Amino acid sequence: MPKSALTGSRIREHRLMRGLKQADLARDIGISASYLNLIEHNRRRIGGKTLLALSEALKIDPSTLSQGAERAVVTELQDAAASDADIPVELDQIDDLVARFPGWAAKITAQHRRLRALEQTVGGLNDRLTHDPVLSERMHEVLSTVSAIRSTAAILVGTPDLGAEWQARFYSNIDTESRRLADSSAAMAAHLDNLSRKDTSTATPLEVVFSAFDARGHHLRELEEGGDPEAFAAKMSEIDSTAARTLAAEYFRTYSADAKAMPLEIFEPAAHEMKFDPAALAVRFGVPLEAVFRRLASLPRGATVPDIGLVSCDAAGALLVRKSPSGLALPWFGAGCPLWPLYAALSAPGVPIRRVIEGEDGARFTAMALAHPSGPLRFDRPPVYHSIMLLVAQDDATGEVAIPVGSSCRICARSDCDARREPTVLTHG
Amino acid sequence: MSKTVLLVEDEPNIIEAISFLLERDGWTVRIHSQGDDAVDAVLRVAPDVLVLDVMLPGRSGFDILRDLRSNTVTKDLPILMLTARGQTKDRELAESYGVSHFMTKPFSNDEMLGKVRDLYTASADKP
Repeated sequence: MPKSALTGSRIREHRLMRGLKQADLARDIGISASYLNLIEHNRRRIGGKTLLALSEALKIDPSTLSQGAERAVVTELQDAAASDADIPVELDQIDDLVARFPGWAAKITAQHRRLRALEQTVGGLNDRLTHDPVLSERMHEVLSTVSAIRSTAAILVGTPDLGAEWQARFYSNIDTESRRLADSSAAMAAHLDNLSRKDTSTATPLEVVFSAFDARGHHLRELEEGGDPEAFAAKMSEIDSTAARTLAAEYFRTYSADAKAMPLEIFEPAAHEMKFDPAALAVRFGVPLEAVFRRLASLPRGATVPDIGLVSCDAAGALLVRKSPSGLALPWFGAGCPLWPLYAALSAPGVPIRRVIEGEDGARFTAMALAHPSGPLRFDRPPVYHSIMLLVAQDDATGEVAIPVGSSCRICARSDCDARREPTVLTHG
Repeated sequence: MSKTVLLVEDEPNIIEAISFLLERDGWTVRIHSQGDDAVDAVLRVAPDVLVLDVMLPGRSGFDILRDLRSNTVTKDLPILMLTARGQTKDRELAESYGVSHFMTKPFSNDEMLGKVRDLYTASADKP
């Protein structure tokens, strides 16, 4: 598993550009030279105060050093490599590819996403052709009609001694059936046309919606300012199907409700005051914990706001919301790591779970998870639960024992993992 | 005494075409157009060959086939199944229930007639 060479390498590159010695820079920011050396050689992950101190000392924006986006690209490239194991790739040089050829890396990941989306579309169409009851009924009607016409026409042609009465009846039958065939064929064509209109997008509606969220950093200024969720969904050009628009409007309504209950100008100072503690914020604003999770993840990223990720799933474990924090790329396709507290929470609905987890690169997060009813509680049916997990990046190691986790099994190189469901495609490097 | 075919089918113009062909071939053709009481109709008519559609009002041809094969009176009855559902899984289902022959629509008249004759002959030849 290649370690991310990005943040450390960039720090080293900027230090050398400024002509600073490692020991001097380390002293300036209050860490040991050996620790800085480990950072520069990508053997220690950093975030928070250390990253800010380094960016200040090097007189550059912290985002220049941040590796969040690149880490996600690396993970997607690993997934792309895994998708066609017959073609060997230089897995140990993925970091170099991202660092030296970011355009090519972006191109490969974009094509990989498109390929996976197309595969899902084909799978969906295949399912539809097999199971669509309307299509099956139309097809049955067409074949039955064709069958009647074929048999009747063959009788007319192959029976020279057919009496005039029979002849008239069979001609009439062919006329009736040919009209029926025209109608049933037109109905089938209309049904297929309707299906194709619904499926112009190659990505699933959920992917379309969360690509839109990702593109806006999960902070939707229009809705913060009181914009209408439906109108906002309708005017987003990248949301190009009815299904995606419907889904987006649903997410946007939740976003708007959260923003109304926890207005940004009040919530952000309160979050700082309460050290981003969701439980305390839930009490302060009188809202459910899961709403605070969502609200924290929607805060605009800044120097004083920690790196916050968010992921949710339904009771089947299918991922719904995905906002990757730096150092833990959440998979675009398939299921996540079974060790995430997100899944543990489903076994005890309503009970908040807090754990420290550590990604493969050593990035640590406070993971807070909660399973909550996905809709109103009713007496006539059991509740359906969703689980949601907030990920808050920890500054450097705190000494707490962390649960080692991954992104998803295929692209996780951890050995001796009881939760592994399939072998990794990564080589140990 | 002529041989009897019971045709269980609900499409009027297919019924007319098949009936015409079989009657000209010397068969006595009895018609039944409902699925829900088709098993009773088979027991009442006691045909030499049954031509059975799959998509019927009230009950599917597959269910009728299964019931006939579990009845001692009809367990060996020659049954030709006609269907517009020609998928492999449908054929496999019919075969697992013990169909004598499975034919997909649209079919040729000669093929259908030939198969009805074959099924009757094979059945008559059995000791």
